[in-house]
Amino acid sequence: CFAPFLCLRPPQIRVKPDRTGVVTDGVKHSMNPFCEIAVEEAVKLKEKKLVKEVVAVSCGPQQVQETIRTALAMGADRGIHVEVSGKDYETLGPLQVSKIFAALAKKEQADLIILGKQAIDDDCNQTGQMTAALLDWPQGTFASEVTLEADKLKVVREIDGGLETIKIKLPAVVTADLRLNTPRYATLPNIMKAKKKKIVNVKPADLGVDVSSRLEVLKVDEPPQRQSGVKVETVHDLVEKLKEAGRI
Amino acid sequence: MFPACRYSLQARRCVGALKAVQAEHVAPQVCSTRSSSSTLSRITTHYSVYPRDKDPRWEGVEMERFADEADVVIVGGGPAGLSAAIRLKQLANQHEKELRVCVVEKASQIGAHTLSGACLEPTALSELIPDWKERGAPLNTPVTEDKFSILTEKYRIPVPILPGLPMNNHGNYLVRLGHFVRWLGEQAEELGVELYPGYAASEVLFHEDGSVKGIATNDVGIAKDGSPKDVFERGMELHAKVTLFGEGCHGHLAKQLYKQFNLRGNCEPQTYAIGLKELWVIDEKKWCPGRTEHSVGWPLNRNTYGGSFLYHLNEGEPLVALGFVVGLDYTNPYLSPFREFQRWKHHPSIMSTLEGGNRIAYGARALNEGGFQSIPKLTFPGGMLIGCSPGFMNVPKIKGTHTAMKSGMLAAESAFSKITDENLQSETAGLYIPEYEEAFKKSWIWKELYSVRNIRPSFHNYFGLYGGMVYTGIFYWILRGKEPWTLKHNGLDADQLKPAKDCTPIEYPKPDGKISFDLLSSVALSGTNHEHDQPPHLTLKDDSVPVAQNLAIYDGPEQRFCPAGVYEYVPLETGDGMRLQINAQNCVHCKTCDIKDPSQNINWVVPEGSGGPAYNGFSMIV
Repeated sequence: CFAPFLCLRPPQIRVKPDRTGVVTDGVKHSMNPFCEIAVEEAVKLKEKKLVKEVVAVSCGPQQVQETIRTALAMGADRGIHVEVSGKDYETLGPLQVSKIFAALAKKEQADLIILGKQAIDDDCNQTGQMTAALLDWPQGTFASEVTLEADKLKVVREIDGGLETIKIKLPAVVTADLRLNTPRYATLPNIMKAKKKKIVNVKPADLGVDVSSRLEVLKVDEPPQRQSGVKVETVHDLVEKLKEAGRI
Repeated sequence: MFPACRYSLQARRCVGALKAVQAEHVAPQVCSTRSSSSTLSRITTHYSVYPRDKDPRWEGVEMERFADEADVVIVGGGPAGLSAAIRLKQLANQHEKELRVCVVEKASQIGAHTLSGACLEPTALSELIPDWKERGAPLNTPVTEDKFSILTEKYRIPVPILPGLPMNNHGNYLVRLGHFVRWLGEQAEELGVELYPGYAASEVLFHEDGSVKGIATNDVGIAKDGSPKDVFERGMELHAKVTLFGEGCHGHLAKQLYKQFNLRGNCEPQTYAIGLKELWVIDEKKWCPGRTEHSVGWPLNRNTYGGSFLYHLNEGEPLVALGFVVGLDYTNPYLSPFREFQRWKHHPSIMSTLEGGNRIAYGARALNEGGFQSIPKLTFPGGMLIGCSPGFMNVPKIKGTHTAMKSGMLAAESAFSKITDENLQSETAGLYIPEYEEAFKKSWIWKELYSVRNIRPSFHNYFGLYGGMVYTGIFYWILRGKEPWTLKHNGLDADQLKPAKDCTPIEYPKPDGKISFDLLSSVALSGTNHEHDQPPHLTLKDDSVPVAQNLAIYDGPEQRFCPAGVYEYVPLETGDGMRLQINAQNCVHCKTCDIKDPSQNINWVVPEGSGGPAYNGFSMIV
């Protein structure tokens, strides 16, 4: 069972002075909340003895190892760190990541890939779906419940209209949504034990994946400053102000 | 590239909020509109005030803790703790001995709770790691210009900094202390120190003979009302031959240890100040990297100790670190250190630097000012105190990092010889190491603190600031502290407040949103956050005291001295009277409330690890 996850930065960020991106130096990288839920689900499946092994995967620079350790402390058996750093890391997007996951899934002969539905830094919501397409595997996205029934997976999906239940054949890709579970804390004794678990380093080239981006970021801007509002005393004033602003 | 947009911030908050809703034990909000029952109207729910062994909700919950052994456990991954860890491993490698050194730190990463000016004197660093430059220590800004002034409302009176005066900064570096601490952490890890950020030491453990056995880290998964959640897990016990406590200014475990071992029997109570700091990116034309400015005077009156700093950093962009320090022995309960800071920025000489600039960070922390007179006993069976926790700040220099580091190194050296002594016969299970205190008294820290011991207390005279400066000029500059007397402090900071009726409220100007700002937007810039569904870690010994005493007599000074807006007196829903609302999530771990509360009713305990501010390269400690 694969639990790939993303490592990302907390919300307090600034745009770099040259407008090419955000300042990441010194900012703590932590596990994407939806991916935490994915790791928790994978560990739960192992505890129910439905899967034999949970492998935690992450792509990125050296700091990513700490986050893999957290996944190991939550219960994953071993980790794979796909080294991507520098410029490559800045332009790493869902397409490249899904190619990496697809290659790894074939190499490791995984039966199930669980990841978070989207990363909260880019909100793309694409990696899971692209990975399934590259592998030609079925996908159960926005999962709020996952049950193994023989060689099929019953997935309850959170969709706009409500909840949709589907049955998909294994091997499959599942993306975790918020209500799938509540992730456990990575306690200190588990972090210490996790130090003994193996993390293997791999490069994208070793997997035959080209991580060059086909996207070019033209510029990154902060959102426009919110204008302060005006309080009005009566409805009449409101109508006047709206007329003044040319809204009515 | 990933857009820096509010979207993600909102998404994250949404995730947090939804998680709260789906949590099984939905803790009722303290400011609920339901009629009050005895548990709902409780402010404090922490188990340190309401023990769990008497709490029916905890019946049957597994309370056993996993325990592990190390040679030395260090509480606090700051300059003192990390210097001690590095020194221990250096000695171990030198003498080819195995030594397990574990550091626990409440911040989610090393350096994230560090906040300081900071102007670093590199003496201790050069002793610890002589090749710090080659190893890439982030000391990028040597001091090039040093200015000291007395401010009046409109003018700036420059004061010459003669060589020999403590505020002379020649040879020092302006640093972002959080980055420096992070670098120290990397050096420590390279040497084999086990660093565990995100795990707070919440309890001291004792052997049967009363000596310190080690510490236990915080439990996780306790709901806001004090009941256990599904994900409840006990913290872990780390046992050690000796435990070093480097929690920084006014540590909560140190507070217990002072009582337990009567460490403060022979010294004066510690006195403190609060330091507030901001990082600004300013107009390049106004940027002079290496310029160091300090001021005293306006906006504080002559009897309120305090002053400002403004440092131009050389870190790639035109950054300045600026801040304001207010002595916590102030007497007027209407004083708000935060608003004094905001007001000070409007002084013409400061505004000229900041105009056109952008504020990017904010933080606050208490610092110790007691100096020589307030140094407690530093060692007790099983443990030692290092760094700003016992307090070695050189107040006139406003530097404590070099002394903190040196104290860590001295503790490490004495601990190492004791632990590796094969013929050791200790009377207590936890090692008692008086050699640390002896080495401390022979060190340059002692000499340095002794020579400046009378400067801070010299402010307690009718002329306040001016009396102090005259004293410093005469006795320090000429006599270098060799005068035979030692002045006393005024007693506990918490006892200094005068009743509100005897004081005049201070009219602070409204923040203009460009130079000065309101409290909540400032707190947002500290990046502080806590798991919201946990008992408030600002615990009250008695829930009724805030309204009955703090509000009634002192008009609720905690509303003003807290730099993060944690304490708010809000009207009761019933309309008659007020109640105290504690917004524990805002807390930036500055410890000011624990220090200044006139009723000494507030007891700051450590929240779940990883919670707290997220200072990035802040120099107050960040």
